[in-house]
Amino acid sequence: MNSVILTAGTRVLVALLVLFSVFMLLRGHNEPGGGFIGGLIGATGFVIYAIACGTDAARAALRAAPETVAAAGLGIAILGALMAAITGQPFFTGQWLFLGAGEDGDKGLPLSSVLVFDVGVYLVVFGAILTLVFALEEEI
Amino acid sequence: MEPVLAVLVGLLVAAAVYLMLARSFLLYLFGLILVSNAANLVIFAAGGLTPGAPPLIETGALAPAGPVANALPQALVLTAIVIGFGLFAFALVLAFRAMTELGTIESDEMRIAEPPEAGR
Amino acid sequence: MSWLLAAPIILPLITAVLAYLARTRPLAGRIGVAGSVLHLAVAGVLMGVALDRGVVVAQIGSWPAPFGITLVADILSAVMVVITAITGLATAVYALADVGPRENRLGFHALLQVLLAGVSGAFVTGDLFNLYVWFEVMLIASFALLVLGGQKAQIDGAVKYVALNLVSTVLFLTGVGLLYGMTGTLNMADLAVTLRAAENPGLVTLVAMLFMVAFGMKAALFPLFFWLPASYHTPAFAVSAVFAGLLTKVGVYALIRTFTLIFTEDQPFTHTFLLWVACLTMAVGVIGAAAQADFRKILSFHIISQIGYMVLGLALMTPLALTGAVFYLVHHIIVKANLFLVSGVAQKIAGDTALDRIGGLYRTAPLLALLFLVPAFSLAGFPPLSGFWAKYVLVKASLDLGAWLVAGVALAVGLLTIYSMTKIWGEAFWKPHPEGRDPRLSALSPAARRALLGPIAALAVLTCVIGFFPQPFVALAERASAQLLDPSAYVAAVLGPEAGARFHRAPEAAAAATGAEAATGAEAAP
Repeated sequence: MNSVILTAGTRVLVALLVLFSVFMLLRGHNEPGGGFIGGLIGATGFVIYAIACGTDAARAALRAAPETVAAAGLGIAILGALMAAITGQPFFTGQWLFLGAGEDGDKGLPLSSVLVFDVGVYLVVFGAILTLVFALEEEI
Repeated sequence: MEPVLAVLVGLLVAAAVYLMLARSFLLYLFGLILVSNAANLVIFAAGGLTPGAPPLIETGALAPAGPVANALPQALVLTAIVIGFGLFAFALVLAFRAMTELGTIESDEMRIAEPPEAGR
Repeated sequence: MSWLLAAPIILPLITAVLAYLARTRPLAGRIGVAGSVLHLAVAGVLMGVALDRGVVVAQIGSWPAPFGITLVADILSAVMVVITAITGLATAVYALADVGPRENRLGFHALLQVLLAGVSGAFVTGDLFNLYVWFEVMLIASFALLVLGGQKAQIDGAVKYVALNLVSTVLFLTGVGLLYGMTGTLNMADLAVTLRAAENPGLVTLVAMLFMVAFGMKAALFPLFFWLPASYHTPAFAVSAVFAGLLTKVGVYALIRTFTLIFTEDQPFTHTFLLWVACLTMAVGVIGAAAQADFRKILSFHIISQIGYMVLGLALMTPLALTGAVFYLVHHIIVKANLFLVSGVAQKIAGDTALDRIGGLYRTAPLLALLFLVPAFSLAGFPPLSGFWAKYVLVKASLDLGAWLVAGVALAVGLLTIYSMTKIWGEAFWKPHPEGRDPRLSALSPAARRALLGPIAALAVLTCVIGFFPQPFVALAERASAQLLDPSAYVAAVLGPEAGARFHRAPEAAAAATGAEAATGAEAAP
């Protein structure tokens, strides 16, 4: 599509959408949000970019092939599920690490295997959607 | 709320059956999308509709203070939506490929895998 | 224990990731084979533990049953996981020579492993919604595998496959929703306990029928099988072998699991219905096969008729009949996958799978002829091969019940199976090649020959072993069927010994007890 407004607007939009998608991913820790919705938003950014500047430009901007991103995401998700092995707990049990936790109920910065899993989900959704959309765009 | 949802499910299924009886694979898919949404609503309604608080527990407490919504049907529906989304995305691409490769998505004309026998 | 139960699912997924990242190189195929070997090893260990303890249970994520997802392996599940791993390994090796670089680049080996993960997951899960999820994992992988070649026939077959399987998915989901509304649980063991005290047995039967239709579609039961012969002859041979071996059998497994554990209250209706469906499935499948003239189409219709035998075992619901059903499952997966693999070799050296365009394989490739005869005779039920014992147990079970008609149908279908196998033999192996070609195995490169014939020979040997020494296998199937008929061990393993003991009592007492338990449980809950 050859539209100056769209092309110009896209530059801002893509950055905003990708940033917002990461925000949604991290927000999913305690509030509505998470990897799935984050991945969808992030993919939307690149879909707009592909519509405005063509899939070649979008693929170049992404650097990695979207299929590879999805496969890597699956790997990361499995890794998150496997982390329970560290403490010998049953498979998929969430592992938590509270960085700098204080005595008086201050939890510091909570890091968890749940977040790792969610990052995997984010990448799987992101990669899978872009794979489909790019394939369709290139066919038409 | 439940009667309204029940009627809605009925309407969705009726529309879906009508669409799925069409010869075009694309209309069939649209029907499937409707009927899968009907299934999601069935889960949602069957789980009990609780207007009110999200099922979140205060810091330090062991149980929610008042009645809260049942989170499980929502999780089930969300999972079903995600899976359905993936399946339909695939099915749409397939319909597109069928259109470009076979030149038709009318089910009566798709006889390449099962060619009609001679004399018929 | 939790890791042992999760391993048959996780290992193929990890293999899939690695194989996908290596998809541009031939290395991907070798990763697939290595992963399948590990899968088989893990499945073997699981089998050993299940034999030792009866039922192995894992609560995923430390959530206690019935709140979290439970993975359960009783002997049936363990057997199915082992057989999945065997089929997966055979296919992965075969695919080394069957699958071209194009399909490899599109991720064939990764998709195959995802499919195996989905099948294994469906076999070990103890949660109905989780079963749905594994069905979908399996389904998405199978969709992609079906159209990987991009040929017109594949797309045509895939449209029908996708269309009908999605309907089954929606029905399954609706059934899950209704069941959850009725009982408030989706853990299979908990459902078994709760449904005994169901307020509205009529509604339970209704939902049971919904599940029967959904699983029946997956299993290709009469009259829901039309997607199968429309699609199974189109994909790569390795793919159709693993489809033929495993996919419909997951539907049969789901039927066996739900209709021995959960929906057992209205057996006069549900199981009689299944009995008729089983007889019709056997008959229609074998008659359909008789009308076909393509190697893989004949085999596809035979899958349908063989599914009828397994469901027959479930429908009769006696210890002997269920033993027969389990034995049949194992025998059938091995034999059927093997026949599809043979058809692939026949196509590669003789040029086609349409029977009127090939021939002469007996004269020029006697080894392949021998490797065809073993599974073909076994499928038809020639003694002393595995199919004979499978059919024998089932026919004996129906005669014990005085079900003469059923036994008659089963025997007649066996005879007609011989007719189809003779047709393939006569056309593909016996008559001379119509174009005067000289199909020889030596036309294949030595590496391809090893990769193609190795799995076929291994599966044929396995068929012979089961046939010549059926006793340990029948004993295993007997233990599995005893567990299916008395699921109290299953319930006890998942929900704790008290629930199991309660479940074991007379249904009325158990109903009263669970009712009381539910009442106190509700009070105790915060």
